[in-house]
Amino acid sequence: MTAATTSPRGAPSARPGRRISWAWLGIVPFVLFALAFLIAPTLYLASGSFQNLAVAPNDPARGSFTFQNYAQLSQPNLADSYFASIEISLVTAIVGGLFGFLLAYAVIMGGLPRFLRPALLTFSGVASNFAGVPLALAFTFTLGASGILTPFINALGVHLNIYSKTALELAYLYFQFPLMVLIIAPAIDGLRKDWREASENMGASAFQYWRYIALPILLPSLLGTVILLFGNAFGAQATAYQLSGGAINIVTIQITRQIRGDAANDPGIGYALAMGMVVIMGITIAAYAFLQRRAERWQR
Amino acid sequence: MSGPGPFGRLPDAVESAAAAREAPPDPRPAAKPSRRAGQVIWWVVFLIGFLYFFIPLVGTFAFSMRSQPLFSAYAVVIDDPQFAATLFYSFLIGIITIIVSSILIVPTAFWVRLRLPRLRPYIEFITLLPFVIPPIILVFGLLRSYSGDPFPLAGSDFGSNVLLVAAYVVLSFPYMYRAVDTGLRAIDVRSLTEASQSLGAGWFTLLVRVIFPNLRVSLLSGAFLTLAIVVGEYTIATFLARPAFGPYISLLGGNKAYEPAAVSLISFGLTWIAMGLLSLIGRQSRQKIQIAGAH
Repeated sequence: MTAATTSPRGAPSARPGRRISWAWLGIVPFVLFALAFLIAPTLYLASGSFQNLAVAPNDPARGSFTFQNYAQLSQPNLADSYFASIEISLVTAIVGGLFGFLLAYAVIMGGLPRFLRPALLTFSGVASNFAGVPLALAFTFTLGASGILTPFINALGVHLNIYSKTALELAYLYFQFPLMVLIIAPAIDGLRKDWREASENMGASAFQYWRYIALPILLPSLLGTVILLFGNAFGAQATAYQLSGGAINIVTIQITRQIRGDAANDPGIGYALAMGMVVIMGITIAAYAFLQRRAERWQR
Repeated sequence: MSGPGPFGRLPDAVESAAAAREAPPDPRPAAKPSRRAGQVIWWVVFLIGFLYFFIPLVGTFAFSMRSQPLFSAYAVVIDDPQFAATLFYSFLIGIITIIVSSILIVPTAFWVRLRLPRLRPYIEFITLLPFVIPPIILVFGLLRSYSGDPFPLAGSDFGSNVLLVAAYVVLSFPYMYRAVDTGLRAIDVRSLTEASQSLGAGWFTLLVRVIFPNLRVSLLSGAFLTLAIVVGEYTIATFLARPAFGPYISLLGGNKAYEPAAVSLISFGLTWIAMGLLSLIGRQSRQKIQIAGAH
């Protein structure tokens, strides 16, 4: 390292060549770990999605190559699981995203007392990580059959089935909108006062300010984060499993059923479902990364 | 801020630009009363958020109080040896995860910054993969890969623990890498390296006595985030059949009435502590993104 900086200009090209050939060794442990415990297992799972695993273990056809698992994904039951997952993720991403944005804006720019801002950010940090089994239980105890709030909302004429999509969406929102708050707050901070003042000096209305300045600047962040929220809900399993007792038909639970179910399960279909999910998540995260990069232009 | 509250008008924003150009500018005198109206709207938004946040917690607390005498649900839980055992197990796994993750990530991020900047996007891509491959898929991939020969890890207790730590280390990649990379940006890696090497330090000494201590704050923030995710994680622990805290809460939820409410609140308190410590540290560092990963 130090030797390289002291070497004269125009040193024989062999030297840098050799240096580069050894430098990559430094990342080998990390890459090996990722290969062993992340990439290879996922690829091996992918290979299973092309195998016939629906027959008995001793059947010679077991493990033979097939596209059947992917063809099966059009079965109403399996297709429905995708539709339900997409619907739930979309609803919670949009509602959570909109509300999270409003909440962050209220605290940062809405003229509310200063101390609410750090309080909201800390709450959001906790709530966005408060998920899975305890979250599902908290909603069951509050809105479930014998929940604390249930008699009151029933008296209002509202009957919420805790095993329904709506209940699941309500529970997901509990970690969705705080995540929106956390990610969008820096973007809102990035809206500089001068821009607003400059636009007002030039006679722009509040609407024009939002239409031509603030919204275009915030749009990549807003869209990117909503997409991230979509992925966040799409990959969730524990909350849904606990809340519905495994009864709700969404992709993550359908995968569980196909790979680990007691009856009528087919791991091959489970692996194919999983691959479909990886594709959707991949598109989601790529879109998020792209939009986030655009958004960072305006943040310092 | 003058003019009507911006969100009174936000829905209009989807209308055509032509309509916007024709819209008359707001008369200035209208500014004061509408600002107050805007503030009312923000208070309402805040109140809804506040209620949404606290109602499930208050509901859970009230539910746990239905067991007589008061607080007996908590007493039962704390007396349950399984509670302490699973919590201790998950905590221990969390600590091991953080150590392994630090040992993997710090030298890698350091090396990439110092010598292989061109590989940075690829390394970053690998660290973001856990978002593309959710826990449910990761655990089935691990089970399929390590259930039989040549690496039958899932067959033994120790092997399953190894798989659990490995899976959690993978889950921690995005947070740890981001935290460490941000930390490295703040220190002058090149000068530190050259200074310590000219004083005769080897790579090991450099990493352990210079780089790690300088990344203390970043590592701690990555660590608390990892801990918050790992200690109630359910999906991976369940399918690896580990005696962890998440599966314990779930099991309790199926068998008991009031105790699960108590455990849920305790678990919430633990998340709160981890995040509180994180935000204390965060005042010194700039941790931008906190994305939860164990839903």
